[in-house]
Amino acid sequence: MSDGAMTIDAAAVPARAARRTLPAHGSRRTYSAYALVAPAAALMLVMLLGPLAGVIALSFTDYQLGAPHFSWIGLANYQDLFADKVFWIALRNTLTYVVVVVPGAVIAGLAIALLIQSGTSLRSLYRTIYFLPVMATLIAMAVVWEFMLHPQFGLVNGLLRGAGLPAFAWLQDRSTALYALCAIGIWQAVGFNMVLFLAGLVSIPKQLYEAAEIDGASSGWARFRLVTWPMLGPVTTFVVVVSGIRSFQVFDTVHVLTKGGPSKSTEVLIHTMYTEGFEFFRSGYAAAITVVFLVFVLALTLIKSRLADRGVHYT
Amino acid sequence: MAQIELSTIRKSFDGTDVLKGIDFRIEDGEFISLVGPSGCGKSTLLRIIAGLEPQNSGQVRIDGRPVDGIRPSARNLAMVFQSYALYPHLSTFDNIAVPLRMRRLSAIERLPLLGPLLPGRRAKEHGIRADIAAIAEQLDIAPLLRRKPGQLSGGQRQRVAVGRAMVREPLAFLFDEPLSNLDAKLRVHMRAELAELHRRLKTTFVYVTHDQAEAMTMSSRIAVMMGGELIQVGTPAEIYNDPGDIRVAEFIGSPKINILPGRVWKDGGIDVLGSALRLACGATAGECRVGVRPERIDLGAGPFSGNVVHLENLGAEAFVHLAIEGAGLRLIARLADVRHLPAMGSHLAFGFASDAVQVFDSIGKRIPLKVEQAERVREPAHV
Amino acid sequence: MSNTHSVSLQAVLRHLLLIAGAAIMLAPFIWMISTASKPQTEVFSSELHLIPYRFALWDNLREAFAKANLLRFLLNGVIVTISIFVLQVMVALPAAYALAKLRFRGRDTLFALVLFGILIPPQATAIPVFLLLHKVGLLDSYAALVLPFTISAFGIFLMRQFFKTVPDDLVDAARMDGISEFGIVWRVMLPAAIPAVTAFGIFSVVAHWNDYFWPLIVLNSEQLRTPPLAVAHFRNNEAGTSYGPLMAAAMVIIAPLVIAFLFAQRRFIEGITLTGIK
Repeated sequence: MSDGAMTIDAAAVPARAARRTLPAHGSRRTYSAYALVAPAAALMLVMLLGPLAGVIALSFTDYQLGAPHFSWIGLANYQDLFADKVFWIALRNTLTYVVVVVPGAVIAGLAIALLIQSGTSLRSLYRTIYFLPVMATLIAMAVVWEFMLHPQFGLVNGLLRGAGLPAFAWLQDRSTALYALCAIGIWQAVGFNMVLFLAGLVSIPKQLYEAAEIDGASSGWARFRLVTWPMLGPVTTFVVVVSGIRSFQVFDTVHVLTKGGPSKSTEVLIHTMYTEGFEFFRSGYAAAITVVFLVFVLALTLIKSRLADRGVHYT
Repeated sequence: MAQIELSTIRKSFDGTDVLKGIDFRIEDGEFISLVGPSGCGKSTLLRIIAGLEPQNSGQVRIDGRPVDGIRPSARNLAMVFQSYALYPHLSTFDNIAVPLRMRRLSAIERLPLLGPLLPGRRAKEHGIRADIAAIAEQLDIAPLLRRKPGQLSGGQRQRVAVGRAMVREPLAFLFDEPLSNLDAKLRVHMRAELAELHRRLKTTFVYVTHDQAEAMTMSSRIAVMMGGELIQVGTPAEIYNDPGDIRVAEFIGSPKINILPGRVWKDGGIDVLGSALRLACGATAGECRVGVRPERIDLGAGPFSGNVVHLENLGAEAFVHLAIEGAGLRLIARLADVRHLPAMGSHLAFGFASDAVQVFDSIGKRIPLKVEQAERVREPAHV
Repeated sequence: MSNTHSVSLQAVLRHLLLIAGAAIMLAPFIWMISTASKPQTEVFSSELHLIPYRFALWDNLREAFAKANLLRFLLNGVIVTISIFVLQVMVALPAAYALAKLRFRGRDTLFALVLFGILIPPQATAIPVFLLLHKVGLLDSYAALVLPFTISAFGIFLMRQFFKTVPDDLVDAARMDGISEFGIVWRVMLPAAIPAVTAFGIFSVVAHWNDYFWPLIVLNSEQLRTPPLAVAHFRNNEAGTSYGPLMAAAMVIIAPLVIAFLFAQRRFIEGITLTGIK
């Protein structure tokens, strides 16, 4: 170990000098650099940037998988899209899902993190339990939820009946299906948000709370207002945006539990895109839906980077 | 303005005793430093006074009133933290305003949107603004009021933290190593500022530091703590010239006091490095240790000699490191006149006045020198 | 501090609230295990009970394994996730090293592209990548499952940030010792980056083990199915009739990750929350 350390010290100075005086070495190193980044650069072009450009280009064509020809049709796909009732339903459902799941998962995540952090006992047990849904394969758990929500034999209705409350056909009723999916979404996202908030809470300097105590913030609420909430500001915007982006991508539960039904009441953007693109193979039209989806997600990302720049407190 | 009394304060963390029964009275208006090596319990004691940490037993009284179980905010003490603990999201103005708003505004008036609409709020805010302006004037931070802590330098943050403490006119100020995050030059400057502030406010200051120089230069009294115990309390001069314990003698003063091996004879006579001192004491015979401050060593003449092994010339003064042959011992002597530096490796005689000597027994307690010897002590300059 | 009564009351309230929440979080898991342990007759009974009168977990598991080739699907999951991770590291590590430690023209542009790449959600590129795989005849194969994910812009970014913290002196020392730039990546940087690679590995394996969207699009053949796809098919074929075996199958599918998580929670939470940065 100590031998290694000595080599490092000894080598540092001459190596730096060599960089300055011998450009020949430098250029050989430049070739190596290109060789090192070549696979990544090529794959990025083929699998990420190319396809991204491709999806935008496709959205201006009438391409269908397997068709021999395609032609540029300008904005026709978008015109069709905006004239299609299903698209507007999907967009409204997606936004509803986001507007329900984001506050739900963020507030619950924050509350749980605060509760866990407010004491010292059983911290890691609680953290493990609340994080468990994040780890479990969503598709498998969606199937479990489906049976939990089973109108006749499910746990939820069983409990409701036991309490003398009316039961629902959660996933089969168009007025409840979307909200049932929201509940599953919140259940799955809470633990993730909790962990981010916990990390944020741990990083708040203890002395700030002590200063608050001395300055007269004697109630827990006063200390929360004075220290915790403002100090969590950056984490909170971050959690909100990440939850937002993930909610926009909702697909798994919809596809396996409702297929967008009943009567389109749970149709969401990515599910529409999937149906158009991979069941009907209307690639051009599906690409247009993708572009709309991208606009929303990138807008959220932009908000995130804007707020992230503002939110930094200490240096 | 407050007198703070501590009686048999004990505190342990996870079975380790951090404070082993502290009895201590801080007088009204004095600047007292709690000083000691890290882990001696001085910060814990300060936090117990502040109410941030409950003691296991014992009592804290402020102006005769027991404050145990009273919340920190209700004790009316102010604290300046090592990290300053400024609220990073609030401007300097708002930081200083926090204690005033907490005290003067009701919970409803503090609400973010509704609060400012309430009738009495404007007048109260006006008063707060006036108070902060006065403090900012005193501390010379008026131009910084709109900035956030992140945009301030270390020294400026320090001043804002003091401002936040001052604005509430507390009974006493508690400082927890407030200068340790500053660079050396600024530290010296802030030392003078804090001492001046104390003279102006005439309030009780309790100041925790591990830096003996801070304690020496600012305080009216110093309390030296080690291993959870209060070892000695006294003015800086008393602590320096008359330490009761060898640990105090070694902790206070830079460079460190020279400790030489010695011996107490049956008749009370004392030997150091094999030569007899013209001193006597009443202690029982045995090993002892003899301390001499570097500035009390006279180079050039005396019964001892050593080789110059190292020289530190600081310009205004110089320190000569001497190795004493046969004893495996090194000592440091201060030379006031740097124009006459000895040569490296040269052989040098040295000695010291008998009143420069502090004698400690084998467990480190100070051995009082006999009064009747006082006559002899003053006579010949060199032993 | 103020008094012990209110402190203990607060502690009790904390536990009550957290236990109530935990019950909701665990309900599906308990219901899954409960149902998987019940015989058919008890599953289809309106009377609510969690502990089965007759313990039928083994029968249900046996039936699940008989109705679907679960072992094969689990194996597929392992093959696909491991291949993706290994290839991701092989592609990302050299690029991350070059971006962090070498100077070359176009470096900043490349890094900007990497940052942009992180923002692209996988759903956005699905159609063109699908068409590409169709064109080269790779649909419905392991390659179709693995290839699109060999490039992880996020992985490159993460490793690059980590390599930035490795002292230049270490790299220079390796050069003085005669190690080539390629050698440095694998013999100096990789060992230094093990913690970051582990965290990324957990992130990657969890993400792709649980992925449903992409396998659904590119697969047709039964023998290539990944675990999520397998549960979905199981459910489509059996739902309404055999919930016991279906729940048993769900248990089998989530078991590997959940058990691994319970054994190394801290590492898993670290790895998964990396997505937070994404």
